[in-house]
Amino acid sequence: MNALAEEIRKLSRQYPERRSAILPALRLAQERHGGWLPPEALREVAAALELTPAVCLSVASFYDQLHLEPPGRHLVEVCTNVSCALTGAQQVVEAFERELGTPVGTTSVDGAFTLGTVECLGGCGWATVVAIDNRHRLRVRAEDVPEIVEELRAGDA
Amino acid sequence: MPEYPQLVFAGTDGGAVLSLAEYEARGGLTALRKARALEPDAVIAELEASGLRGRGGAFFPTGRKWAFVPKPAKLPKPHYLVVNADESEPGTFKDREIILRVPFRFLEGCLIAAHAISSQHVFVYIRGEYEREFEVLRDALDQLRRGGHLGGVTVVLHRGAGAYICGEETALLESLEGKRGQPRTKPPFPAVAGLYAAPTAVNNVESITTVTCVLELGGAEYAKLGTPGSSGTRVFSLSGNVANPGNYELPHGISLRELIYDVGGGVPGGRELKAVIPGGSSTPILTAADIDTPLDFDSLVQAGSSIGSAGVIVIDDRCCLVQLGIRVSQFYEHESCGKCTPCRVGTRWLTQILQKIEDGRASQADLDLLLSVCDRILGKCLCPLGDSDAIAVASYVAKFRDEFQAHVDLGRCPFGGASSLEGILAPAALHGRHTHAPEVARA
Repeated sequence: MNALAEEIRKLSRQYPERRSAILPALRLAQERHGGWLPPEALREVAAALELTPAVCLSVASFYDQLHLEPPGRHLVEVCTNVSCALTGAQQVVEAFERELGTPVGTTSVDGAFTLGTVECLGGCGWATVVAIDNRHRLRVRAEDVPEIVEELRAGDA
Repeated sequence: MPEYPQLVFAGTDGGAVLSLAEYEARGGLTALRKARALEPDAVIAELEASGLRGRGGAFFPTGRKWAFVPKPAKLPKPHYLVVNADESEPGTFKDREIILRVPFRFLEGCLIAAHAISSQHVFVYIRGEYEREFEVLRDALDQLRRGGHLGGVTVVLHRGAGAYICGEETALLESLEGKRGQPRTKPPFPAVAGLYAAPTAVNNVESITTVTCVLELGGAEYAKLGTPGSSGTRVFSLSGNVANPGNYELPHGISLRELIYDVGGGVPGGRELKAVIPGGSSTPILTAADIDTPLDFDSLVQAGSSIGSAGVIVIDDRCCLVQLGIRVSQFYEHESCGKCTPCRVGTRWLTQILQKIEDGRASQADLDLLLSVCDRILGKCLCPLGDSDAIAVASYVAKFRDEFQAHVDLGRCPFGGASSLEGILAPAALHGRHTHAPEVARA
């Protein structure tokens, strides 16, 4: 048995019913597969939890944080829900489009960045909230964006 | 600004208490010891006396909810406490601050609640986007476990994966069982048949944290705070066009004016207050004329709205209300689980009709159609998600009818591109876009 399957089984022992571990298992599998869930990952989770891959796909496709297509190396998600929108989120989105050179909803040609908008991240009082690789940056203004992108590029170099 | 009593955030001096030793030095865990010395029914009686009502949005009396959970002798199945930490109602960001600043007070509340409903199993369903909050909670839980305070209760931190609907309690239970987060029919209610069809209490983070405060103070003493129908303090999340946004723990009954102007510093940039959403995006909008409404359950009902999750969104005069309707409706459209047709289809219709109005393509009949679609959603689904969209949109039309009418009469948006929400791109608007840049797609 491989390491991922062993970890998934360990996770599942926290629950009275094995299937409850499907979200943590899919999250783990996604981490191991470079940030998304290829069919192989779904088969691995299914085998470890004694479910079918179709069940795993039906669950994975329901949740926004589980990706069925490969994102870029960095995932940049700008909240554009009401409070962020009222205080300048669209300007932040456009600043990222300029700096990353890719339209919102796409991955840059070099595969470095996926830029998207997301629904409320629960940081309305610290608008605009931007999730970068799932870590929240708070109070981001359009003028902060070049520095953020530079920092991410420098980290990759 | 006057000083208000702090219960949920007591002993933090504006910061966080992340070590158990420090928490205990400041009187932490006394409420748990007090509770464990009492019979479960006596704990529930304290809660009933406190008048504490659910902070997640439904405002259901916490003590009564627990009293509905059958005794193990009567229903010999495992009993579960499930904490709803899937905070995602737009405008609401209090639970995450509670977890980050007073994780022990929250976990202490979990253990008290578990005792009250005779449960040995606690699941905390925390939204997947809350990474740091999950880590803080995991660390605090480890400290409690090492200190031997769990008393045989297992506490599992279960992370969601990005779905607003999982904040609805039965969808949350489905998700926790490893399924798509789609709401169940009620009855049976979770108290009798919840997680794994066993007796389950589902409570919000702030409610559970306040349970600790109630046990510390005593129910009768707690009930003296706030108003008779809405006892105690509340963590208000203040956001939008306001000078000092943030979370503020204030007694129920404080007015919107006090919250926005005295505490929040007013509307910045010399703009006028136009509207307020008082309890998260699913609650009906109020206008500047409602500014003296007290923030408690009964007063907000009287004002035609709801205290909801106490997420107060301040909106200034630059905002086009049709655009606000589009943005809010896109959210519910995106988050609809798809189980009930009126919600799945209706939320999309609302967005499309509103877009038509915004674009100046709408006739008078479209305005009627908009309200008719709201009616066709209301009360026709298993859960309130579709209702939330319909209630919000219908309230914008009711309170700002002239603005909607102007779009129809002028054949364009009267803001002429200058609205604060102009061009805002919701995730729903990106559906169907290529994931990859065009160059890659062609390659």
